[in-house]
Amino acid sequence: MAYTISRPKLNFAEKVYLPAIITGLGITIRHFINIVTGKTKVTMQYPEEKWDKKLPPYYRGAPTLVKDEYGRERCVACQLCEFICPPRAITIHAGEIPEKDRWRKVEKFPKEFEIDMIRCIYCGLCEEVCPEQAIFLRKDYAITGLTRQEMVHNKEKLYELGGVMTGLVYKWNDKK
Amino acid sequence: MIITIVVSLAKAIGLIFLIILPMVSYTVYAERRVSAMIQDRIGPNRVGIPLTLFGFPKDIPFYGLVQPIADAVKLLLKEDFTPAHVNKLYYWLAPACAMAPSMMALAVIPFGSQLWGEPMVVANVDVGVLWVFAVSSLGVYGIVLAGWSSNSKYPFLGGIRSSSQMISYELSLALSVIPIFMVCGTLNLPDIVKYQIDHGWLISPIWIKGISLFPPGINFQEIWRSIDILKIILWIPLFISFIVFVISMFAETNRLPFDLPEAETELVGGYHTEYSSMKFALFFLGEYAAMIAGAAVIVTLFFGAWHVPFLPTTLHNPYTVWGVLLGLIHITAFFVKVALLLFFFIWVRWTLPRFRYDQLMRLGWYFFIEIALVNVFIVAIILPFVPK
Amino acid sequence: MSPILFWIFVAVMLFFGGMVVLNRSPVGSALSLVVSFLALAALYVSLDAYFIGVIQILVYAGAVMVLFLFIIMLLDLRAESRRRVNFPAVCGGFVVIILFIKVLSEVCYSFEGGNAKFPPISQGPQGDVWHVGMILFQQYNVPLQVVGTLILVASIGVVILSKRVLK
Ligand code: SF4
Ligand code: SF4
Repeated sequence: MAYTISRPKLNFAEKVYLPAIITGLGITIRHFINIVTGKTKVTMQYPEEKWDKKLPPYYRGAPTLVKDEYGRERCVACQLCEFICPPRAITIHAGEIPEKDRWRKVEKFPKEFEIDMIRCIYCGLCEEVCPEQAIFLRKDYAITGLTRQEMVHNKEKLYELGGVMTGLVYKWNDKK
Repeated sequence: MIITIVVSLAKAIGLIFLIILPMVSYTVYAERRVSAMIQDRIGPNRVGIPLTLFGFPKDIPFYGLVQPIADAVKLLLKEDFTPAHVNKLYYWLAPACAMAPSMMALAVIPFGSQLWGEPMVVANVDVGVLWVFAVSSLGVYGIVLAGWSSNSKYPFLGGIRSSSQMISYELSLALSVIPIFMVCGTLNLPDIVKYQIDHGWLISPIWIKGISLFPPGINFQEIWRSIDILKIILWIPLFISFIVFVISMFAETNRLPFDLPEAETELVGGYHTEYSSMKFALFFLGEYAAMIAGAAVIVTLFFGAWHVPFLPTTLHNPYTVWGVLLGLIHITAFFVKVALLLFFFIWVRWTLPRFRYDQLMRLGWYFFIEIALVNVFIVAIILPFVPK
Repeated sequence: MSPILFWIFVAVMLFFGGMVVLNRSPVGSALSLVVSFLALAALYVSLDAYFIGVIQILVYAGAVMVLFLFIIMLLDLRAESRRRVNFPAVCGGFVVIILFIKVLSEVCYSFEGGNAKFPPISQGPQGDVWHVGMILFQQYNVPLQVVGTLILVASIGVVILSKRVLK
């Protein structure tokens, strides 16, 4: 059913617009003056001020590979992260650990491990899925490059960013 | 003959290239900064002198004052794209028509008293204000042509809107300044300025004539003589015409409460949707140039143009250092006033929402034209009683 | 003004005047008319008649032609381009032009004031606006008032009519 909404009755001051306009101008100029005198807080001025110190421990920055305290590669090239990664940013070429090696029972190691940082969406699923806790999202957020090649992190780069992680749960260690 | 031509050319070129065009680009910068500050942001504050390009470790940010140059370079280097469906000739003609009228309107504005004895107005013609209206009424062609030749619906709507809007508001614009001519008795802009120097700016009701800073002194007799109750009554209609004029100016320059021709939320980009690169920049800058021309007219008509209160208007010998300095002070005063008005334009834009189109038309035809007409009659009734 | 400028503006005016008729697209015609008006205004200015010149721009180029363009833009322009050239009409047009030129030249040569020199206006102490005002309000005061009242009545009528339609 069609019905009419009754319009509010305007008094003279409201009809002339001008008082309302002047009030509005007053509000905006107050904002202007506050920011000129420095009373208003504005956004962090990025390259000068950084929030590196205030990053929370759970911050999800660039995904990296880590080694354990003995300098061992943790990744066993199970390729779970490659499967879970939603934008398919991870590419792993697995290699076999030779017969005589001490860690022969681990069987596989990543010959190549690449994460395309143009694709990565920093979701953290790779970290969550990794059975060996070999991949971690660190706090680097300013990942930039001038070419596409530069944005693909290879194994060295990933270890360089990741470094060493100690005191983790060694789920499979007693089997090693 | 040759000398007068050279002097006029020097004045025109100096005015346009040294003052107006930089002012246009810095108005764009001011628009961005002020709008940002009104919205609790900072705005473009980074573009400075790029010393890192020459191997220095750091740039000088310079409050982003180099931003307009960066913008200009960007616009120049962008691809100048002409869509296939446009009417080529008029499509190319339109941006030129957008910028030129406001520059031409500035020709009759007295933007300073004198420099080396030369009056600071490019063309001192008797029809001053009419020339401004005539030329700025040509500004609509740029917009209409752009809208029509783009051959697509949003520009077309923008063109249609702007032509009817500009015609409607030209009426109230012209009617609202008639009281000024009646009071000053002339159309010539330098003469109107002279009247304001003698009798007070048309915007201020009380004019204290006897005080001077240079040489310092107070002349009580003259103060007493300059206060007149009828003049204060006359101020009321003049103030009304000031308000009508300023609001119509907003509509004429397509500024925000009345920016229907390019309402981004409704018409994509309005009449310049199909333009890119420098052609777009001409529209964009033309709009700001029109704003500056409008502000210059308002300053000339209501704020005493280059006049600074309590300072002498002329010196006996304009060729001395003091004479030149005074001339420069007057030119500066004019452009400071213009800049303040531009700030007001920007301030209003970031405060008010847009009118609906029928409201805009109703406001123009039923409201401002009537007020301006009645105003003319009020002045005509008061004027015979005011002593000259 | 130097004669060179005079001839330039005359040429521009006549050329674009011709283009008004010859141009096939109505928008082109309208814009040619605008340019023609501007050149005409320049000619007025060359006669020291600044007021008439500026009014010419203000009223014709700035307002009337904008309205014309406004209407033309709303029309279906393709209907115009489908039309053929009508030869009898064109011939008739030329006959009218020739007759008009003949009458004009006869009037010009037989009109005695046409050859008289008049003193330049700009030399006087007052500008031409002042002269126009003086003549209008002293010599032709009554006709001016009558015309003014007529226009006022007409504009009030328009406002009332448009108001009624709105409701
Ligand atoms: S963070 Fe997410 S997107 Fe990035 S590599 Fe890991 S799983 Fe892929
Ligand atoms: S999930 Fe962990 S162990 Fe498996 S391939 Fe990825 S990083 Fe290596």
